[in-house]
Amino acid sequence: MPRTRALRATPLALACALTLAGPAVARAQQVASAGGAALARGRTLFDAQCARCHGIEGTGGVGPSLQRPLLGRAPNDTALATLIANGIDDRGMPGAWQLSPNEVSMLVAYVRSLGNRPPEVAPGDAARGEALFRGRGGCLACHVVRGTGGVIGPELTNVGAARGLAYLRRALRDPGAELPAGPGISYAGSEHVRYLLVRAVPMSGPPITGIRVNEDAFTIQVRDTGGAIHSLEKRRLRALEKLFHASLMPSAGPACTNTEIDDIVSYLMTLRGGA
Amino acid sequence: MTRTARTLALALSATIATASPLAAQVSFSRLAAAERDSANWLTYSGSYSGQRFSRLSQVNRTNVAALRPVWLHQLQNTQFMAEATPLVADGVMYVSETMSAVTALDVRTGRTLWRYAPTIPPTTKWIGFLPTSRGVALLDSTVYLATINAHLIALDARSGTVRWDVEVADNKLGYAFTLAPLAIKGKILVGVSGGEAGIRGFIDAYDATTGKLAWRFHTIPGSGEPGNETWGGDSWKTGGGPTWLTGAFDPELNTVYWGVGNPGPDWNGDSRPGDNLYTCSLVALDADTGKLKWFFQFTPHDTHDWDANQIPVLVDATVNGAKRKLVLTANRNAFYYALDRVTGEFIGGRDYAKQTWSTGLDATGKAQVIPGKEPSDSGTLVWPSLQGATNWNSPAYSPRTNLFYVNAREMGSYYYKREAEYEPGNPFMGGGERALENDSASGAVRALEPLTGKMRWEFRHHSPPWAGLMATAGGLVFSGSNEGNFFALDASTGKALWQFQTGGFIRAAPITYMVDGKQRVAIVSNNAVIVFALP
Repeated sequence: MPRTRALRATPLALACALTLAGPAVARAQQVASAGGAALARGRTLFDAQCARCHGIEGTGGVGPSLQRPLLGRAPNDTALATLIANGIDDRGMPGAWQLSPNEVSMLVAYVRSLGNRPPEVAPGDAARGEALFRGRGGCLACHVVRGTGGVIGPELTNVGAARGLAYLRRALRDPGAELPAGPGISYAGSEHVRYLLVRAVPMSGPPITGIRVNEDAFTIQVRDTGGAIHSLEKRRLRALEKLFHASLMPSAGPACTNTEIDDIVSYLMTLRGGA
Repeated sequence: MTRTARTLALALSATIATASPLAAQVSFSRLAAAERDSANWLTYSGSYSGQRFSRLSQVNRTNVAALRPVWLHQLQNTQFMAEATPLVADGVMYVSETMSAVTALDVRTGRTLWRYAPTIPPTTKWIGFLPTSRGVALLDSTVYLATINAHLIALDARSGTVRWDVEVADNKLGYAFTLAPLAIKGKILVGVSGGEAGIRGFIDAYDATTGKLAWRFHTIPGSGEPGNETWGGDSWKTGGGPTWLTGAFDPELNTVYWGVGNPGPDWNGDSRPGDNLYTCSLVALDADTGKLKWFFQFTPHDTHDWDANQIPVLVDATVNGAKRKLVLTANRNAFYYALDRVTGEFIGGRDYAKQTWSTGLDATGKAQVIPGKEPSDSGTLVWPSLQGATNWNSPAYSPRTNLFYVNAREMGSYYYKREAEYEPGNPFMGGGERALENDSASGAVRALEPLTGKMRWEFRHHSPPWAGLMATAGGLVFSGSNEGNFFALDASTGKALWQFQTGGFIRAAPITYMVDGKQRVAIVSNNAVIVFALP
């Protein structure tokens, strides 16, 4: 009985990776040259298990676009097969421990074929986007970029590598549409929604609205918009609302033109880590 | 010899003669009466019945709020999380950890008396699980340890030195041990892990003194044996049927009750048409011979990895005015079952957690299957998830409240069907899942009526639990959470009465025992043993 969900980068995945990576690479090269049916099978596997985050045809989404000839974490087929088998623990990418070496090889070949496509090009002007981001947008009030900014929302220092265009565009227009989920701080290996907006109503005193920092069966920790942490015992709450499709971030829609949103997205796509 | 030296020598020998040896002398008769020996915790589930119930009541509803830590012991292997139930006998606690190490601790202070760590080769395989060890067994003055590389080892309880060490099965083929062995009269029983590696499962009994095989029950019938016809072609040879949790034992009926896991390959049943006996079943075996007395299959031709390895719980009850001996189990497939443990007859049951694969149980206890719930290429959404509505974490039963307690998991999964080709010692699974995580998954401690499975109360978890349960005569149910809460509930109402944040993922089950006239409660959290008592 696999219990791999309880630990993302499981030894099983590691063991699989060891058994998969070698044979998978040789097969990937065969698949790539075989093309046709094997690539189609790779696509089916991708659509079923990878497209949810990486987008159909790897255009990017919650996970980064794969329409790039060079994948930062997978410079060669061996690394890619290993990565598919193991997942990426700190990014919430699960390992594909359930795939046979043959299936991993088909996936490797398909992902490589995506890299041969013209890469996703952000249509805006990154410099204008940065000016908007730091100026009128006031984004640094809540987001950290390279060590500076607020902590109400997610850090964006690496967001261009971690997310795709479509996701970023949607996040600007409808910030609550798909909140990031990550390996929880709740406990290792779990995924919980991050930056969840909650409204807690104590038995006495005013309601507290803010972002869930952590939660267990007995307590919840909430950061309010002023940055203060509230440590709340659930038994002392009259109500606890979780707003799964809401966000403290205002939509950029009303305030920005489509061009301006493209500009901000273009700027975000340049953020790929580094100090 | 000087006079002083002689006096000293005499004094020493007198001391040696009268000091209570800090080592267990746990006879079979003591194990059979473990329910009455509540100062100790002598076997994995507290007693042969699997009830995980303690008669201790010093810690109870009125004072549990004052429970506080006494000592902590940090286990040494920290790469994976520990899942062990410690044993306590005569002043010593025996706790196993990942990579099959076992430590003996002074139960009063938590100080180490000895530690034994077998050599686990780096090539050791654990396909489909982690290199956990959920506990050891005690019999007479020996500690029995089943290792991740499929050895059964007998250790001198006084020192941890090896008395014998047998290789039970070939780990290169995926056979492994993660369970606490079961010690019964003169025999040590073990069940095997490896259901994702195309093993052919078994339950073994070994002579406790010599380590010689006494009997083996194959969970998958061989050619010409009854039940073999429920497998297409040669699929039985790699059919799985692991037995990776400790069974229960009824000394009066001389019957062992043991859960059997999934068929292989897990999610692609094409190569194994038929019901695939005795996978996803409870088997009742003659304790002397290992012969099958009866079986009950919960999930015929399983394609969701819904093992039936959960700890069986033996309870005597009145059914329609007649006294019946029952075995109770909350299955991974989200259904609860009460069976007659003499005959295997279905008494009652129902679903106890969210499930979308069956319309319910018929009069014989067979689940009526909704079509279209099989794993598929593009993924089929089904509740419960691959990890099930419960898993290996122990249930509990309290004779005081007459309630069965289970940690229920509520989580859906997309089940995928993939190709599966048997290669010895490699994963043989044919698919997998993508679980619906985030905040859509949760769970609860649920109290069920034993004859029907009807829910009496629940205590909501934040996320699907992995911890076991324990019930006590103090009117309490203890358990833990993924988020690190170790807590006590009112056994009658489910109201939370106490919690302690341990700071580690709790994947183990609690125990309780007495030290110096005071009740203690212990739990393993991540890789620490934490012991609590009243001030």
